[in-house]
Amino acid sequence: MFIINCPYCGKRDQVEFSCGGEAHIERPKQPTELSDDQWAEYLFMRKNIKGVQFERWNHTHGCRKWFNMVRDTSNDKIHATYKMGEKPPIK
Amino acid sequence: MKNKYSIFSLIKNALSGHENWQRAWRDPEPKKEYDAIIVGGGGHGLATAYYLAKKHNMTNIAVVEKGWIGGGNTGRNTTIIRSNYLWDASAALYDHALKIWEGLSQELNYNVMFSQRGVMNLAHNLQDVRDLKRRTHANRLNGIDAVWLNTEEVKKFCPIINTSSNIRYPVLGGTLQKRAGTARHDAVAWGYARGADAMGVDIIQNCEVKGIKRIGDKVEGIETTKGFIKSKKIGVVAAGHSSVLANMAGIRLPLESKPLQALVSEPVKPIIDTVVMSNAVHAYVSQSDKGELVIGAGTDDYVSYTQKGSHNIAEGTLKAILELYPIFSRMKMLRQWGGIVDICPDASPILSKTQVKGLYFNCGWGTGGFKATPGSGDLFAHTIANDEPHKLNAAFNLNRFVSGDLVDEHGAAAVAH
Repeated sequence: MFIINCPYCGKRDQVEFSCGGEAHIERPKQPTELSDDQWAEYLFMRKNIKGVQFERWNHTHGCRKWFNMVRDTSNDKIHATYKMGEKPPIK
Repeated sequence: MKNKYSIFSLIKNALSGHENWQRAWRDPEPKKEYDAIIVGGGGHGLATAYYLAKKHNMTNIAVVEKGWIGGGNTGRNTTIIRSNYLWDASAALYDHALKIWEGLSQELNYNVMFSQRGVMNLAHNLQDVRDLKRRTHANRLNGIDAVWLNTEEVKKFCPIINTSSNIRYPVLGGTLQKRAGTARHDAVAWGYARGADAMGVDIIQNCEVKGIKRIGDKVEGIETTKGFIKSKKIGVVAAGHSSVLANMAGIRLPLESKPLQALVSEPVKPIIDTVVMSNAVHAYVSQSDKGELVIGAGTDDYVSYTQKGSHNIAEGTLKAILELYPIFSRMKMLRQWGGIVDICPDASPILSKTQVKGLYFNCGWGTGGFKATPGSGDLFAHTIANDEPHKLNAAFNLNRFVSGDLVDEHGAAAVAH
């Protein structure tokens, strides 16, 4: 179990949050022009990295705002959290 | 063939103090080249190798395993076996496995302790009742045994369940598959390993794959901690680490790897002689032959490779267990652990060729792969040997995420994914 630093509320217990999966997946700008392969890529294919990964989280039982997190999935260590729209502070 | 296990071999070895048992499989160094390599020495991988050798005469093959065989999810699951899935494709896949389970101990000459003690799935709200009744009908149309039990019948079948209407999630009924049950998880890996080894399969442990070599759109072999091994056919059966291996081969998979937890209690006298699963409160329980309660909890909702799982997930499951089985209130839990399960968006597995020629993936079994071990091995061996899927795993191809022809078992299966 880990403590998560919500960019809006500060440090809170993990149970207040829910994970929304991989971050920085852009919705296609021209959805009607996408091939089936491109849709599959956007909807289903995931990096699922063992190591440092960028994710979306929601402070479900707090401010209910979405934010991003940089976390190492091999040891659950959180490197940083940052607001939606901001550039990742690492890499 | 190795020495056959029998009552006579048991007596003979007992008389010599159990010091002369033959080792069950060799510990070979890898050859330079094989006709096929299976990456991952869990139950599914070893079963694949076994059926490749037995049914397809491919004996110049190897299983490479980064740790020890059966040390991943094979040794970490709650050993439940059932085939009461909703959709035709899944029902056929899992029932194929269940039929092999029924004769597996004899076939392998290894006691996998398959016990058809029945699996009961509880309904706690009206939607559960509708869903489970629908699934019962679907199962019966597919020739799979399934019955609906009302609350009194649930109580009669498993008397320790609290069927009071005053609990938070009252038991409104349940389904029962009598042919379902449990097996000894380690024995499955060991039995298949022994059988495969006897036919000449090299089982190479402590050998981690570091890279998958491709030339154009074909595989050439694998880079491992024991050097390069050449092969034109590579079957990856790596469960939670499937995406890591796919990345080495330069392909993408629709998987997310998450920790799934289980717990066992201290051993007690026989108290529950079946398997009871509850979808709505996500708690399932059975009792091992040693007497421990084997309790399955849920997955965390984030990607992690830590094999731990969050405390609050186990806590939630134990709360549900306590409400459903007040008699367990003073049981002590001995061990808790997590396994990394690879979950597909449609909660169905992938047993498929890939866009890379000679590279095959068997993954995405998510929270329920153990039950499918023999069937998965059989069908994946067929896919590798013939470079074409068997009709039972044709629906479980990787291309379904492009075509949209998903096998959507999410929530429709007997347990929450």
